[in-house]
Amino acid sequence: MFRNTYDSDNTVFSPQGRLHQVEYALEAVKQGSAAVGLRSKTHSVLLALKRSSGELASYQQKMFRIDDHVGIAIAGLTSDARVLSNFMRQQAMSSKMVFNRPAPVNRLVSAIADKAQVNTQEYGRRPYGVGFLVIGLDQSGPHLYEFSPSGNSYEYYAMSIGARSQSAKTYLEKYYESFADCSLEELIKHGLHALRETLQQDKALNVNNTSIGILGPASVHETGIPPSGSFRILEGESIQPFLDTMVPKDVPPPAAPSGGAADEDVQMQE
Amino acid sequence: MDHFPTNWGRPRNDAYDAYGTYPIAQRPYNGPKDTFEAGVQRTQQPIVTGTSVLALKYKDGIMMAADNLASYGSLARFKDIERLYPVGNNTVIGAGGDMSDFQYIQSLLDSLMIEEFTAQDGHSLGPKEIHEYLSQVMYGRRSKINPLWNSLIVGGFKDGKRFLAYVDLLGTTYSASTLATGYGAYIAQPLLRKAIEGYEDVLTEEQAEKIITECLKVLFYRDARSLNKYQIATITDKGVNVSESRSMETTWSFAEGIRGYGSQTQ
Repeated sequence: MFRNTYDSDNTVFSPQGRLHQVEYALEAVKQGSAAVGLRSKTHSVLLALKRSSGELASYQQKMFRIDDHVGIAIAGLTSDARVLSNFMRQQAMSSKMVFNRPAPVNRLVSAIADKAQVNTQEYGRRPYGVGFLVIGLDQSGPHLYEFSPSGNSYEYYAMSIGARSQSAKTYLEKYYESFADCSLEELIKHGLHALRETLQQDKALNVNNTSIGILGPASVHETGIPPSGSFRILEGESIQPFLDTMVPKDVPPPAAPSGGAADEDVQMQE
Repeated sequence: MDHFPTNWGRPRNDAYDAYGTYPIAQRPYNGPKDTFEAGVQRTQQPIVTGTSVLALKYKDGIMMAADNLASYGSLARFKDIERLYPVGNNTVIGAGGDMSDFQYIQSLLDSLMIEEFTAQDGHSLGPKEIHEYLSQVMYGRRSKINPLWNSLIVGGFKDGKRFLAYVDLLGTTYSASTLATGYGAYIAQPLLRKAIEGYEDVLTEEQAEKIITECLKVLFYRDARSLNKYQIATITDKGVNVSESRSMETTWSFAEGIRGYGSQTQ
């Protein structure tokens, strides 16, 4: 029945000092479709790959607005995510009502991380089966955090979670040093490139399966965004201009110029 | 759907944990409440009271003043009470009304600031946040028909901005470039307005102090619950400064000829 002797109760250590149930919960996050987050000096963005359970079904929502200054992308059990995101919304509203202050993002993330930690220690409970990427904008600028069911939360320059997120991570690790000074359009382009790495062969990003969440001043492709740059989720046709900025993955090697000698001053764009 | 009939038709408890996400021991209780279970009594009137607090905006920040008296009815009972209280590094609150309720508010704010400090994440509560918090506390208590019997002035300076606002036992709030509570709202406020309004950005600290002590002096002559021992607080970009208690010179020789003052010969 159990794969392992120490599986039955998440509060029991294995002789190796591990909590198997917690590690399985981390696996649940990896079952969900991928989400990518990036941060520059001015913006934080989230990109997520949506799945649909069949041709007749709609695509499962991957991003949620918590408040004007906070948004999340999820990977794992959507129902667990709803519980946690409702909690974050309550915390955000309460900060607004009691102190007339947008909730500090790190405290929102710590609050859900603390809830997750309790589930790894108290009997009769199970860990949450969902991971978040949280972006937020507060007095100290734009932020990107990862939350995971183990009760850990960390801040990142760029991060990915979900299925095949390692490929996206590899991309992000290659380019993250340039993100700080990126424009919003470049940041999203990097995000799309990273997200593309998580796709299966023969699949592509399109307006139906991609979500983009943005915090920060408006992009040239957006209209009607208040100057505060509050959190918004782009879906459907509105992301086409961003998809168009992507550089095709299998760029054929620059064809030999037909008209004789190539102009050596011209650098070909990869 | 709530399956407990005892909860039906009752106001929703916002703290109620619909998903059972809290550990069992911390789960909020949503059952019926008996407001009077403890046989409680509510504040019907303030007992030991402080009188006016004055506050104004000037060039460098906010200046506040209050005397050191806590009266027991018409008895000048305590002459060393500090009614200006710094909260954090950017805020001072001044209180009139019941002094025990004010001490309770001080302890509330102390716990709040300690909690905020222990987060150690670079965020801190400024005057704006403290005023909002106080207004929610005051309104919450008045809604339980058990008000904290104070009128409070919150003054502060944070991120280059001056902040000055009022909140009282009903949860009423307002903001202006001069504020006064208690008797001062009648006697000192017109004087302050005349001296300050339009000059908020030019008045120096010396000028502001002269104006505010003049108003205190008028109050000391007119308000029978006041004292000529007072403190002045300034909140500027250099932080909070609450002065030592000081006394002001007053003369009462004019009272000789007034019937009703001093000893009467006939």
